Amino acid sequence: MKTFCAWLLVFAVAAVVGAQDWNRAGLPDSAINAPKTKAAPAPKRDITGIWDAGGAGIAGPGHESAPWTDWAKQKAASYKPGNGPRAVYEADINDPLSTVCDPSGFPRLVMYETRPFQVVQTPNQVLILYMFEKRWRVIWTDGRALPNNPDPRWYGYSVGRWEDDSTFVVNTIGTDERTWLDNSGNPHSSELKVEERYHRVNHDLLELTVTLDDPKAYTRPWTPRNKMPLTLAPANFDMMEMICSPTEVMDFRKNISDRSNTVR
Amino acid sequence: MSRIGPFAAGIVVGEAARIIFFVVIVSAPVAAHHGTASFDTSKDLTLKGTVTDWIWANPHCFLKFDAMDETGTVRNWAVEVSNPTDMTKRGWARGSFKVGDVVTVNLQPVKNGAPIGRLRSVVLPDGSTLSAMGPAPAAAPPPQ
Repeated sequence: MKTFCAWLLVFAVAAVVGAQDWNRAGLPDSAINAPKTKAAPAPKRDITGIWDAGGAGIAGPGHESAPWTDWAKQKAASYKPGNGPRAVYEADINDPLSTVCDPSGFPRLVMYETRPFQVVQTPNQVLILYMFEKRWRVIWTDGRALPNNPDPRWYGYSVGRWEDDSTFVVNTIGTDERTWLDNSGNPHSSELKVEERYHRVNHDLLELTVTLDDPKAYTRPWTPRNKMPLTLAPANFDMMEMICSPTEVMDFRKNISDRSNTVR
Repeated sequence: MSRIGPFAAGIVVGEAARIIFFVVIVSAPVAAHHGTASFDTSKDLTLKGTVTDWIWANPHCFLKFDAMDETGTVRNWAVEVSNPTDMTKRGWARGSFKVGDVVTVNLQPVKNGAPIGRLRSVVLPDGSTLSAMGPAPAAAPPPQ
């Protein structure tokens, strides 16, 4: 009888562990907020897995930036954001991401809507697969240098290196200055340099620090993400799609945005 | 809530609702692609109506329903919530509504008087409530 009960228990646990778990939007707040001080040590030079910052990743109002240069003021004069201190009425927003589904680009992807993402490590690359936009980035780890005077790309050019056994540092240049930095319409130039630091504190906790240096647009470097905590999701976590579809955006504008215009 | 006609229509702009609204707004996480400039944050409407469409899409899901206002006029409302990802964490799903469902919607209208707004919460035909603002439920079940 004891043996039978033991097997029953084994099967029950196996059924729970092996249960299919599809289409997850993110970890519950209880998992995001749970203390992780008793987690196992961080594996060496390994940040693979699915990571979720919870609400901290969204940063809807945008980040307080370093002061703009005159170039940035001119660049942003035509930006009509939906959030932040310069927010306009919904019908007047011209954010290229939310109104016509242009790519969010980099670094907006780590400045705003940093939803769950998966890190994959290969012998010569680190790949980051983002739930938001269902896009990916390639970070070269084969020792190559960043290109000189590259053509701009929506997601730039990235190289990465291990600073120590638990800290992976990514440097990115060559971004496309058509993209905004965030929902509040902060601009950037194609001279922008971005440093991301992924520090794995322990098995379950990753901290992300992002520093921007764009002397053409900002009077000094600044750090909009400073040790933002990310929680490791279970291995069977299946990410939802979160894709900007022009068809859906047009339908939303027709039904909501264009009809919500108001008397000024 | 007062009711007018078979399809409903009560408008509640009571002190209790205002207090609830204040608490909800103050504690609401920002998860929209836009701010609140278009919305009349001083208003709080509760309308009972019949679902005509439920759009599960980015950047915002929205619910359309026919409801009669205090003047006896039936209008087709369109009220937005956040995106499918955020709403999934709150226990909402593509199948949360079907055409013809009679629902009671608490919303914040836009300033221009059009039947447009932001949905705060909705009471479903079975009496359960789905919330669109304020802290997300602790553990919403994932959809299958």
